[in-house]
Amino acid sequence: MLKNMLKATVFATTMALTAGTFYTPAFAETVYNRGSAAEAETVDPHKTSTVYEADIIRDLFQGLVMHDQKTNLIPGAAESWTVSDDGTVYTFKLRKDGLWSDGSPVTADDFVYSFHRLEDPATAAEYASMLYPVKNAEEVNTKKGKPEDMGVKAIDANTLEVTLKAPTPYFLEMLTHQATYPVNKASIEKLGADWIKAGNLVSNGAYTLAEWIPNDHMKLVKNPKFWDAASVKMDVVNYIPTEDRSSAMKRFEAGELDSYGDLPTEQLADLKAKFGDQVRVGPYLGTYYYAIKTDKAPWDNPELRNAISMAIDRDFLAEKVWQNSMLPGYSMVPPGIEGYTPAMAKYADMPQIDREDEAKKILEKLGYTPEHPLKMEIRYNTSENHKNTAVAIQEQLKPLGVEVTLLNTDTKTHYSFLEQKGNYDVARAAWIADYKDPETFLGITRKASGNNYSNYVSPAYEAAMDKAAAAGGKPEERMKDLTEAERILVDDVGNIPLLYYSFHDIVSSKLHGFDDNVMDIHPSRFVSKD
Amino acid sequence: MLRYVFRRLLTAIPTLFVIVTMAFFLIRVAPGGPFNQERGLSPEIKANLEAQFGLSDPLWLQYVHYLGNLLRGNFGPSYNMPDFTVTELFAKGLPISVQLGASALLLALLIGSMLGTVAALNQNKLGDYTVIALATAGSTIPTFVIAPVIQLLFGLTWKLLPIGGWGDGAFINKVGPVLTLALPQIAIVARLMRGSMIESLRSHHIRTARALGLSDWSVVVKHALRGAILPIVSFTGPAAAALLTGSVIVETIFSIPGVGRYFVDAALNRDYTLVMGTVVVIALFTIVFNLIVDVMYAVVDPRVRYD
Repeated sequence: MLKNMLKATVFATTMALTAGTFYTPAFAETVYNRGSAAEAETVDPHKTSTVYEADIIRDLFQGLVMHDQKTNLIPGAAESWTVSDDGTVYTFKLRKDGLWSDGSPVTADDFVYSFHRLEDPATAAEYASMLYPVKNAEEVNTKKGKPEDMGVKAIDANTLEVTLKAPTPYFLEMLTHQATYPVNKASIEKLGADWIKAGNLVSNGAYTLAEWIPNDHMKLVKNPKFWDAASVKMDVVNYIPTEDRSSAMKRFEAGELDSYGDLPTEQLADLKAKFGDQVRVGPYLGTYYYAIKTDKAPWDNPELRNAISMAIDRDFLAEKVWQNSMLPGYSMVPPGIEGYTPAMAKYADMPQIDREDEAKKILEKLGYTPEHPLKMEIRYNTSENHKNTAVAIQEQLKPLGVEVTLLNTDTKTHYSFLEQKGNYDVARAAWIADYKDPETFLGITRKASGNNYSNYVSPAYEAAMDKAAAAGGKPEERMKDLTEAERILVDDVGNIPLLYYSFHDIVSSKLHGFDDNVMDIHPSRFVSKD
Repeated sequence: MLRYVFRRLLTAIPTLFVIVTMAFFLIRVAPGGPFNQERGLSPEIKANLEAQFGLSDPLWLQYVHYLGNLLRGNFGPSYNMPDFTVTELFAKGLPISVQLGASALLLALLIGSMLGTVAALNQNKLGDYTVIALATAGSTIPTFVIAPVIQLLFGLTWKLLPIGGWGDGAFINKVGPVLTLALPQIAIVARLMRGSMIESLRSHHIRTARALGLSDWSVVVKHALRGAILPIVSFTGPAAAALLTGSVIVETIFSIPGVGRYFVDAALNRDYTLVMGTVVVIALFTIVFNLIVDVMYAVVDPRVRYD
């Protein structure tokens, strides 16, 4: 009997190992294997929440307007638009050749339905706020208004009229966000929850969803019904989530991946030496900052906050901790937004040694010395680089009489603690631009924002932000007003900006059309491969 | 025997119930929720999400709902991947984890017991020391070291295997992960087998068999092995439950779409329904494999009887 068991074991091992040994035959089609650092959470534009699905949703769907490979605003489902003189009424002309992947036309009604769906509380859209500038949209989302009162109307099949609450110069930029993309009403009504499944999903973008095996790959195939299908080069785009960054680098080297976002920054120098200009690093619209509890003693003293901020050696953080994958940051709004000049901290150009002296003087004046140190706790979400950053700051502040303790928790615990306005001193946070406008960065420190982790409340800042909003119709004036608002925030040290993010992609030299840009977005429809 | 199996299956029900209940409340004790993230949500939007997933109900009511759904085989939607239900995620991932885990386990049993037997028969000789050295190395080198080394050597240097990915279940895509999973298990099985085989070879019935003039082969394979295999059988139960439900390290490094990573990811993401799904699946596997082990005892060892 034992012999039989042995035989059975050998047999079973062979069977288990060979199960499903089939190779897909080579196709003559062009395939782009696109690596990403994490799996998409959803392909439903209205349920989106991470940047990992943003590229995918951009490939599957087309909003009224889109970004090209250099993040210039280009027509999407709308071929043209006009804005009323007061800046509140946008009239979009949809292109007549715009089709869904099932062949039916993309109409203004589809957008009305989609905008309603995004704001419908039952959809529970995390990015519902992307359409809050639209009249009554926020009211619908917060159950204070009816969808039919929303400022979105189909004039005819190809004309969509959107009415805003107030002039919003960045509204078109917001419309490039995937949350504002249309979904196919007919298929949702017919299929219910299954409309989103691969094979069922009807979309209006350059690609359709052919297959999704979570944590393995998502296969997108070219949509022949797409109005600009003739210019789409890649027949198949496989999105391949590869969480382990070191494995991803090996997969890139072996040719299994043509590109990968978010390479392991701790290996940046080695990777650059090995892969040359296939490694791409450049400015990205994101700010890494420390929230500091402005409503709690002793942190309610702007002078003290300023001393702490001034003493932090950001060059060291950027170079040594982040291997130049981050840039030293002195403002909340990172550079790179056209027409906007960020308000830098006054000591940005001071030599580090002078800054430390200055900080020391302030701290001594306030009674803090190495003998009578100021106690400060830095909280951060668990991550090797966040830890190294906090440890470096701990060391930098020590000689100045600041005794820093560190506390790390997992991401969910960290942010729920911040959200509940827990009792902390300093906490790590970050903000990545949702759209290309300073508002996205400055809005989070306003009194009413859920992201105002510093609890920063300044009437002067609120007034300056309101003034900028009122100047909505005059873009140049508005940008100046925003810089002035940021000046107040930065001088007040409403939070401590530390670093600006950068994108760090690795892109095969065979790929074209994967252009560097501050949003790090790369629509596959512009990509081609040798 | 059948009555015994039936009775054991019946007692599994209250066990599962206790596990589900404990897991349900324990994960809720963890601070934060599925919708806490770097980009904070406004209270209204968060309220919409919580209402949508039934998280605004009192906890006891959520528990009652969950149990009701569970009894109907409905594990609920994944909070983190709303396009899929937990059942769908397991339907896609579990067969993959089971396939890799089963291959690794069978490989480990086969090679491990062979190595162990060889070592036992050559006790304190070169063969024995070699096996012991290999087994010690195998069980001390962690998988997160073995896996990248396999990728580097077989994938990049010799270009024999892909670095990662499931490749729709292609054979070569499984080699790396299976080897990584199997190596530490081979080491454990070899050590267990060596020990029990040495003991078995010293027992009276083996002495009798030898005295009767039976061949070496017959003594070892027909008589000694039968006694020696018992510790392996009891090891296989929990090992199978652990291997078949996937490994977060192996699946992450080799980009394998199994369910092993859900155990960690779901907990970190506070994806409550997925956490519960994972707990139920692992509990079921553990219960079933322990039962199989107990039944196997009776099959292998005539002294064991269940009535």
